[in-house]
Amino acid sequence: MNIAPIELAGAAVILLLGSAVLAMFLSRFQHLLVAVSFSLASVASLVALVAGAWTVSSNIANQAVMAIGLPDLPFHLRLDPLAGFFLTIVGGLSFFVSIYSLGYVKGIIAQRPVTRLVVFYALFLAGMFMVILADDALFFLVAWEVMAAASYFLVLFEDEHLENRRAAFLYMVVAHVGAIAILLSFGVMAGLVTGFEGFHGYTFDAMRQAEYTPAWATAAFLLSFFGFAAKAGVIPLHVWLPEAHPVAPSNVSALMSGVMLKTAIYGIVRVTFDLIHVFPWWWGALVLMLGLISAVLGVLFALMQNDLKRLLAYSSVENIGIVLIGIGLAMIFTSFQLPLLAALALTAGLYHALNHAMFKGLLFMGAGGVLHAAHERNMEKMGGLIHMLPWTSGLFLVGCVSISGLPPFNGFVSEWLTFQAFLLSPSLPSPLMKLLIPMGAALLALTAALSAACFVKAFGVTFLGQWRGQHAPQIHEVNWPMKLGMIMAAVCCLFLGILPTLVIDWMDSVPEHLVGSKISTTAGAFGWMWLTPVARERASYSGPMVFFVILAVIVIAYLILHVKKGSIKRVPLWDCGFEKVTQRMQYTSTSFAMPLRRIFGFFFSIRERVKLDPQAAHRAFPGKMHYALRIRDRFWGWIYKPLVDASFLMSRLVGKLQQGRIQTYLIYSFVTIIFLLMVTR
Amino acid sequence: MNLYPFAAEMLQILIILAIAPAFVGWVRMLKCWLQGRTTAGLFQPYRDLMKLFAKDVILAENASWIFRFTPYIVFGTATLAGGIIPMLSVDLPLAASADAIVLVALFAIARFFTSLAGMDIGTAFGGMGSSREMTIASLAEPAMLMAIFTVSLAAGSTSLSQIVQVVFSGQSVLRPSLAFAFLAFVLVSLAETGRIPVDNPTTHLELTMIHEAMLLEYSGRHLALFEWAGMMKLTLFMALGAVLFFPWGIGTGSIIASGLAFVFLLLKLAAAGIVLVLIETGLAKMRLFRLTEFLGSAFLMATLGMLSFFILE
Repeated sequence: MNIAPIELAGAAVILLLGSAVLAMFLSRFQHLLVAVSFSLASVASLVALVAGAWTVSSNIANQAVMAIGLPDLPFHLRLDPLAGFFLTIVGGLSFFVSIYSLGYVKGIIAQRPVTRLVVFYALFLAGMFMVILADDALFFLVAWEVMAAASYFLVLFEDEHLENRRAAFLYMVVAHVGAIAILLSFGVMAGLVTGFEGFHGYTFDAMRQAEYTPAWATAAFLLSFFGFAAKAGVIPLHVWLPEAHPVAPSNVSALMSGVMLKTAIYGIVRVTFDLIHVFPWWWGALVLMLGLISAVLGVLFALMQNDLKRLLAYSSVENIGIVLIGIGLAMIFTSFQLPLLAALALTAGLYHALNHAMFKGLLFMGAGGVLHAAHERNMEKMGGLIHMLPWTSGLFLVGCVSISGLPPFNGFVSEWLTFQAFLLSPSLPSPLMKLLIPMGAALLALTAALSAACFVKAFGVTFLGQWRGQHAPQIHEVNWPMKLGMIMAAVCCLFLGILPTLVIDWMDSVPEHLVGSKISTTAGAFGWMWLTPVARERASYSGPMVFFVILAVIVIAYLILHVKKGSIKRVPLWDCGFEKVTQRMQYTSTSFAMPLRRIFGFFFSIRERVKLDPQAAHRAFPGKMHYALRIRDRFWGWIYKPLVDASFLMSRLVGKLQQGRIQTYLIYSFVTIIFLLMVTR
Repeated sequence: MNLYPFAAEMLQILIILAIAPAFVGWVRMLKCWLQGRTTAGLFQPYRDLMKLFAKDVILAENASWIFRFTPYIVFGTATLAGGIIPMLSVDLPLAASADAIVLVALFAIARFFTSLAGMDIGTAFGGMGSSREMTIASLAEPAMLMAIFTVSLAAGSTSLSQIVQVVFSGQSVLRPSLAFAFLAFVLVSLAETGRIPVDNPTTHLELTMIHEAMLLEYSGRHLALFEWAGMMKLTLFMALGAVLFFPWGIGTGSIIASGLAFVFLLLKLAAAGIVLVLIETGLAKMRLFRLTEFLGSAFLMATLGMLSFFILE
């Protein structure tokens, strides 16, 4: 059989575009529409997943040229191990989410027509696949815009709320400012290839072979990094993310957080390691620093949220930070000619990108299940859902454990690899970096610990305890397609955590292509059980051993304790002898985060107000108490508010020209013509 | 195939399971003597555990499976941790499966589930305990990892066996980095094991308890597993400190060496108990929000250790 992976990937894109067209004809039969389009989307994702995984494992690069596009500027496609790796991530999660959507979107049909959701969902997936396949600046930007525009309409799906329209607008603005920066960056590189004389520098192949002067290379890097960082939600360019991700339908949120952010990571890796490929160490230091800031602040912001989906969105900022830490370290090691360490750090970063796609997708799908069942996003009003949603809660717990970086699940493996990369930094020649880089490990440790606190809160408040709202609604477990999508993602989390050696062995062609070294020769040197990234004496971790020993102890302890049939008595809650304990006495999301809010409060702008309603009897016995708490991102006030104000001011000034009278406009035209005649003669 | 390492592994796990209650008994005895009370004896913790194991379990009506599962996972991680730290021999099969970072993460699993269990019933105390425990942990964990990183930078490895061998062979050199790391480790261990001045294991006063607040609803064998795991955790932290910073007498393969290592371990634990009791008797429990300074200084110590490693060594 003579099929190249790139043909498979192309077929996936065509299938998605076809399903988008088909959806328009099926819009009268909504149930059929959902069944057909999401089945097609899941088949297409599976095909893309196979193409990607195949490319990575066979370590090949396919190319293709399509005779569409502008005249004489055809589209170029390429599928190399890096693209294949990201295609696997996107394809994998899209497959799970498409299966999930079969059940999830069915629940929306009753409320509103879903044609728009279905069409843009397919376009969104196609856009992401095309971004990864693109091998020239033109096609890349076209695909990038398809992805951005489709996701804009998806964010806007429930457009009757003002909040959603604002979020979508903000998203659009940031996405376009970023896209302009990426366009300029490609312009700089393409221009330098031909000395700003021809157009034929627009292919990535031409850019790869060109030599750049340090100044131009830096300009290109900074522009593209700005653009991609805006898409990835790196702090301080993150403000759109916690607004836009939560308001989209949950299956779309899962894709936006799980994989759309990864396309930006892909862009960063592609531009730095592949296109420019020679760079000074401080680029890496910049990426590392922004990664650390995003990781720590992202998780702190996440801790302060009461909206489940907003919490997850902020946690994406944190995880993108962790991915960037790995990539930044890899850049530093590369610039000091330490390819093995660079391969380790890059593997850590990319592994975390893969892991984050799985557990964040799972968590957003779980949040979608909660939203679907309880019609509630505010954690302060939820509680006790574990009794009503046994499947969703169990699967959500897997996501929480994974994202908190606890063994034997996958989040731990990538964090462990990142720690190992940090601890190898003493082999750097510069004494200052030797000193400063291990401090980054402390910040990563802080991030990991805080994210555990954050997800104890998310799970504990949402699923444990008792319902906090006024009256508990009728809540039913989610349907089978939704369960199936989540189960597959959860199994992936466990698999990636227990058998990292197999995964690293598979993905080793990526660092081999980019930094010229691979770690699987040492990482799997002691068999598939032990992960030993550099040497066995240096560090080793065995996922299977940890998993099975803990399991064995649990089983043995359980069996020993149940030899004699001990009785379990179920009794009402112990109320310490006072009056009845009510559900209003439980710790809430706000109160859980209170100690950390007090300790790290200086990062936020917090306004806390307590007002006591005096009662007639005495001042010492207030009747009612009003409590208001507002926590805001300081970056909004520092960076965005001035920009917004300035742009409003500008538009007001410009607006004064608009009188609305045709005579005035004719005078403007006349004056302009006279002026131009004077200037140009 | 050499079966000796496996035998040593099993033996070490059994020994830790067996002596953890005695160590806690020893600490309580010392404390009683220092405070001029009569003691309940070294073996009182065993009797407590036996009593709890024999009792029926009483569960709240709305307890979920998390509540019943947590004691087992806490016990499981503590047992695995007991198999990882090279106490009797450096040649342990389980020691290769997990390094110092995994060890910290193992305790984090136990904490994660304990905190969830605290929130499961839906009482105010449970949530309060969980919230405080996670707060303290998120400050203590970076300091703990920094201390471990300092040691592992000095040893060039995060594997515990390797660290022990390197520190042991270079023991004659006085290393300032290790001294700072040790101080940080002591402060963090007090927080991680819930001792005074961070938490008081004997208190059941509503507003001061942290760890106990999460276990308030437990009874019977579940509580026994928690208590036992807690005793093991305390013993393991003391043993970890002894192993990392004073690795004298740890065997490298023969039975006699392991026997000797056991005697050394007992002596070191006895000494660690005395230090612990002196600290606990000399200090009062801190307010929750003073802990930032306490753990901050632990972090600072560890950072100083790391700096001095790069500057002085």
